[in-house]
Amino acid sequence: MSTLVNKFTHEIAHEHEPERYEFREAPIHHFALDRRDFFKFFGAGIMVFAAVKNSLALQESGGNRQNHPEELPKEITAWLHIGEDGNVTAFAGKVEIGQNIRTSLAQSVADELRVPFESVRMVMGDTQLTPFDMGTFGSRSTPTMAPQLRRVAAAARDLLLQSAAKEWNTAPEKLLAANAKITDAASGRSTTYADVARGKTLAQRIPDEDPVTPASAWTIAGKSLPKVDGRAFVTGRHHYTSDLRPAGLMYGKILRAPSFGATMTSCDVTAAQKLPGAVLVHDGDFVGAAAPSETEADEAIAAIHTEWKETPQPSSSELFPYLKQNVDTTDRGSLTQSGSIADGLARAARRLEASYTVAYIAHAPLEPRAAVAEWKDGKLTVWTGTQRPFATRDALAEALHLAKANVRVIVPDTGSAYGGKHTPDAALEAARLARGAGKPVKIVWTREEEFTWAYFRPAGVIEIKSGVAADGTLTAWEFHNYNSGASGIGTPYTVPNQHIEFHPVRSPLRQGSYRGLAATANHFARESHMDDLAHAAAMDPLDFRLKNISDPRLRDVFQAATKSFGWPAKKTKPGQGFGMGGGIEKGGYVATCAEISSDDARGGVRVVRVVTAFECGAIVNPDGLRNQIMGANIMGLGGALFEAMAFDGGRITNARFSRYRVPRFRDVPDMEIVLLDRKDIPSAGAGETPLVGLAPAIGNAIFDATGVRRTTLPLDPRA
Amino acid sequence: MAPPLELEVNGTKYPVRSDPDIRLLTVLRDELGLTGTKYGCGEGQCGACTVLIGGSPRRSCQVLLGEVVQPVTTIEGLEKDGHLHPVQQAFLDLDAFQCAYCTSGMIISSVALLTQKPNPSPTEIVQFMQGNICRCGTYPRIVDAIQQAAKSMEQHPR
Repeated sequence: MSTLVNKFTHEIAHEHEPERYEFREAPIHHFALDRRDFFKFFGAGIMVFAAVKNSLALQESGGNRQNHPEELPKEITAWLHIGEDGNVTAFAGKVEIGQNIRTSLAQSVADELRVPFESVRMVMGDTQLTPFDMGTFGSRSTPTMAPQLRRVAAAARDLLLQSAAKEWNTAPEKLLAANAKITDAASGRSTTYADVARGKTLAQRIPDEDPVTPASAWTIAGKSLPKVDGRAFVTGRHHYTSDLRPAGLMYGKILRAPSFGATMTSCDVTAAQKLPGAVLVHDGDFVGAAAPSETEADEAIAAIHTEWKETPQPSSSELFPYLKQNVDTTDRGSLTQSGSIADGLARAARRLEASYTVAYIAHAPLEPRAAVAEWKDGKLTVWTGTQRPFATRDALAEALHLAKANVRVIVPDTGSAYGGKHTPDAALEAARLARGAGKPVKIVWTREEEFTWAYFRPAGVIEIKSGVAADGTLTAWEFHNYNSGASGIGTPYTVPNQHIEFHPVRSPLRQGSYRGLAATANHFARESHMDDLAHAAAMDPLDFRLKNISDPRLRDVFQAATKSFGWPAKKTKPGQGFGMGGGIEKGGYVATCAEISSDDARGGVRVVRVVTAFECGAIVNPDGLRNQIMGANIMGLGGALFEAMAFDGGRITNARFSRYRVPRFRDVPDMEIVLLDRKDIPSAGAGETPLVGLAPAIGNAIFDATGVRRTTLPLDPRA
Repeated sequence: MAPPLELEVNGTKYPVRSDPDIRLLTVLRDELGLTGTKYGCGEGQCGACTVLIGGSPRRSCQVLLGEVVQPVTTIEGLEKDGHLHPVQQAFLDLDAFQCAYCTSGMIISSVALLTQKPNPSPTEIVQFMQGNICRCGTYPRIVDAIQQAAKSMEQHPR
């Protein structure tokens, strides 16, 4: 079993562009339910499926799109059901982790189907009920899933109109669909969707390129609707994975190695096995216990006698030289080049060279990894807070030698993830223990486990060489990133001579996805360096950027942020400083301005004010978007100023909230958010990109205040 | 075997069979099924497990069952006759949460604050709430929600 865990972990380090530390895989063509099962499950009504273009073309080569298939086509991306009561259920493999996607997807469905928002229910993240999905990451849910659901909803609306038109012996084009009703203006006749759906079992496949309502005509999307199920959250009634208590539940604990890289040389579970009620599972180097209470499970683990062989491990104090010395030569990384760096540098009036570092940091989701596993008749159901329900199902099937059809993964709305819940660790642990115990088992990682045995945002070293002409135009840009990742590595500024390279490294710690991931590191280095270049060219940092930007959307966010901030700002007190940072990532455009106050005596930094301008195309839910941008800034404040994993001898030495500082109420600056709503541009995701301008804006403000360039993330580790 | 202890939670007296040296958080969640109170750190650093004991905010992961002598109020005990507590209503109205895992602790801490200080300033709110972590970063909305709740409680005392 642990070999398979390791194999899964191993994948993290060998994923490739565009976002190397996130997981990608081809769709798996498997469906647990066929069409008849669906109607059995959800009742009669109307069902619409969206199929991806190529498979549809294939299936349609000899047939007609109006055929009702007996079985689901394989490459389905979304589906939707309208019940006889008029209630709408839409299905998507995405998961809700606090980013409000359940609400914004329901808005898109309601908008396109022309039904009240309250009548739409989203079924998400359930491998038995929802279409295959790679996972909820990379800010992909809004740009990909919302349009797919819209196409399905548009097709359902067409189907309803056709049905009504047939009944009334008129043409569908003459009818109007609005507010869950169909009306015929000519005759004054009217019917509800519920009436049309009643008694039918009508299913339709649609191509995924059907036209949908343009953002300029949205009525439900584009509005600040409140979070679905909000009342369940403020009353404590929502059940996260860690709150589930199926009958006969046992609590599981895992025996952990004393340090990274340690191997077990002996293990004696005899004493532990004698504890009443405890079930011990020893399978390869997986050792765990399940017991009727958490305390008894802890006692069982404590009663196991093990010996370990530990191996020397690098420490955080020697991390950055280690990364430079351990480039993974078996992995070519990525390289983009244009022109000649030598020529560009030769033409420069000023040349700069600098090195930046970025520490490992933890996601520290407030709900730690958790899973509840239950076996029935050889079939396994696992509830777990994961961003990748289907990959978790596949990992369970592989590790436990089951057919995928016999594994169901369900993701209750989860207590946050931030890119930290991609791996199936807790699910595998709970499933293995539950099989041994013959009862459902719950695993909830402790905070120390979460800080130690999850994975981290990659640390990195970034080196830049650059040149700028006398008139302030960039002439050369050479950028090397060691380990932190390739996302956001390309410069959005116009430079004729570029060499941009990502160098993979054999990471000393388990590392993986993170909100903003590599883009945070790459933007920190690039935008800090741009600030130095502006000073070298004796230009205002805004003027310097605008001179080298050709993308009008990037220009717009820099102008919007600086206008609201009042740039250039005048210093009115000692220790005050102003800075900016921004860029393009995952289809979104961000510019951030920060004001800091530097305390000379202590050397500490306080962020006083932040203005973020953000543009992600057409906005689906402005209030939800503001919440995400504010949250990204506050979370980003930790990585920018003080968060860093400390490790030594294969042990994390700050694996607690009392030793690992995260942003709290007192750290929050005054914040202003400027939204640029571009209804003419398709929506991009917004959970990550607003974060990437913050760290360089703060670093540049520190330079403005003190004249000292800080080149490390975190910028103020003593804070 | 010692006789079962009695624990009063949200106005109901429960006989409990857990040992007196078990954390209150574990008793509430695992024995009584009151899962609205959350585990976040186990060292009293994050505030997710905050409950009221005799009206005072306490980290239930730092309190042993045997130490509890006064009645306990958890998030499940705030709603009365289908009406949300004004603090719950304010969190809901202002969308003062994202993943909401911290929300129970935030709401209970806010209720404690407003009991002690019915009209706190933003600075007093920040001071009082400093021990509660929200990783999603909804702090500014929580400050606003507490102020809205204060107004509402002043206008419509419960």
